[in-house]
Amino acid sequence: MADRVKALLASGPKVVNVGLVDFAASMRDQGVAVAQVDWRPPAGGDAEMMSLLDRLL
Amino acid sequence: MVVECAFLRSRYFDSVYLMRVAKRISGAPGIHAAAAVMATEKNLKALAQAGFAGAETFDPSPNDLVVAVRADSSESAHAVLDHIEEWLAREPVPATGAVFGSIEEAARDQPGSNLAVISVPGEYAANEARHALDSGLNVFLFSDNVSVEDEVSLKRLAAERGLLLMGPDCGTAIIGGTAIGFANAVRRGPVGVIGASGTGTQEVTTLIHRAGSGISHAIGTGSRDLSDAVGGASTLVALDALEDDPGTVVILLVSKPPGEATVRRLRERLARCPKPVVTCFLGTVPASGQPGVVEAGSLSDAAFQAVRLAGGHPDEGDHAAVAAIAEEARARLGPGQRWVRGVFAGGTLCYQAQQVLGDAGLAVHSNAPLEKKLLLVDPFRSEGHTAVDLGDDVFTLGRPHPMIDSTLRSERIRAEGEDPETAVLLLDVVLGFGSAEDPAGDILDAINAARRSAAERGGHLAVVASICGTPEDPQDLKAQAARLRSAGVAVFPSSVEAAAAAAAIAGAR
Repeated sequence: MADRVKALLASGPKVVNVGLVDFAASMRDQGVAVAQVDWRPPAGGDAEMMSLLDRLL
Repeated sequence: MVVECAFLRSRYFDSVYLMRVAKRISGAPGIHAAAAVMATEKNLKALAQAGFAGAETFDPSPNDLVVAVRADSSESAHAVLDHIEEWLAREPVPATGAVFGSIEEAARDQPGSNLAVISVPGEYAANEARHALDSGLNVFLFSDNVSVEDEVSLKRLAAERGLLLMGPDCGTAIIGGTAIGFANAVRRGPVGVIGASGTGTQEVTTLIHRAGSGISHAIGTGSRDLSDAVGGASTLVALDALEDDPGTVVILLVSKPPGEATVRRLRERLARCPKPVVTCFLGTVPASGQPGVVEAGSLSDAAFQAVRLAGGHPDEGDHAAVAAIAEEARARLGPGQRWVRGVFAGGTLCYQAQQVLGDAGLAVHSNAPLEKKLLLVDPFRSEGHTAVDLGDDVFTLGRPHPMIDSTLRSERIRAEGEDPETAVLLLDVVLGFGSAEDPAGDILDAINAARRSAAERGGHLAVVASICGTPEDPQDLKAQAARLRSAGVAVFPSSVEAAAAAAAIAGAR
């Protein structure tokens, strides 16, 4: 049993939210700590290329 | 009628925020419809299909924002588009608190972070999930349109790191009482749920709550997890976790039909589970008769069996009431009214409705059919009995899910009402965190219009609906039911009952 999964269930979520800010707001309303990432599409917007570069770097 | 576009370079907003902006613009004088999307290739294609051609001429990049309007004149269009910054500024952005530049930074600066919730567009989602797993975070991956190859490699990475990956295409989870994504306000209790299906999980958790019991955790796995390509990787991690969780007394698994090899492997694993298990594999998986495992035939049955195993006494609904409502509606149908038309926001509820209608002897067409031969030729047009899942990719490209944005659903409801052969409209209304503020209210005009169309022809359109939600949900279950009833809708407490009523109204005509 993975400890980090066990810890998530035992202590509840502490969240890093990437994407819809409504989700962050909804979890915060429920009393959960949420750190929002200011996400936007990578420069140029070519997802496959960015993913490839990311893996190479 | 004219179509005009405004174009803002390097301005990123998320899709739900943009939906609200578009909705507000649609109400401006002379504007018939509006769309606001990021200018990705897929979104531009979807825009053109939705009748907003012209945006592609700007040589856009995915970081640019396109706002398109259909207006009665160029003046009306420009009255909005020339002041687009003001329209954007008018729509409040939800408070985000601390904002970070990357997942790594956020995880570092918020000590104890243990879960990344990722809902970026599908083409970027796998990459972000990789970053999250590398940062030691469990992941709830809401995004869909992630390839199965990426899913397999992400789940392998999660296993190496000792982490749980819920998703991709994971709509729902409840972890330690916190609703994540589309999920309902349910009390904590003895039933642990593992769901490959978002609305399936919402339906069982709300029924368990309303039966007086509660949920320890509901772990989403992603819609493809039990396919043979993925092999149940997240389901097996979730099973380990719930076995180990002292608050979980009974485990309930819910999924559309799993792959054959995967279901064999899963059953071997379930045979070693020390806690009682209920499975609900909707569709056509033959029962195995496995000892220690209750094999439920519907979401309601699964929820009630789990409550019973946990020591509760569920009230299983009123079959006589279903029959009485159906009888009355049936008597009022005109001679040419024959078909059930299910217009669903919840994919699993759509799937289950097909099963219920199929068991009643009706062949039901769908964009997500039980059998391939019943696939709709055109998902935008119903044929015979039809149950359409509006959460399917073909409908959500470039727009938010129908549980948030009812535009397409309202259009479809009106269209079904205009078909003189439609006898019954079958609907689901899904409440909870993440869903629209007033999901029943959003489709009320369309329901009234559809019923009026039938009445003008001298017929009677029966409308039946189920509400998936709890009295504790932000939308207020009772008020939602009252709104539907005020429009003459027969409201049922579960999707199985609503589908059974629809079958009884339209069956054998």
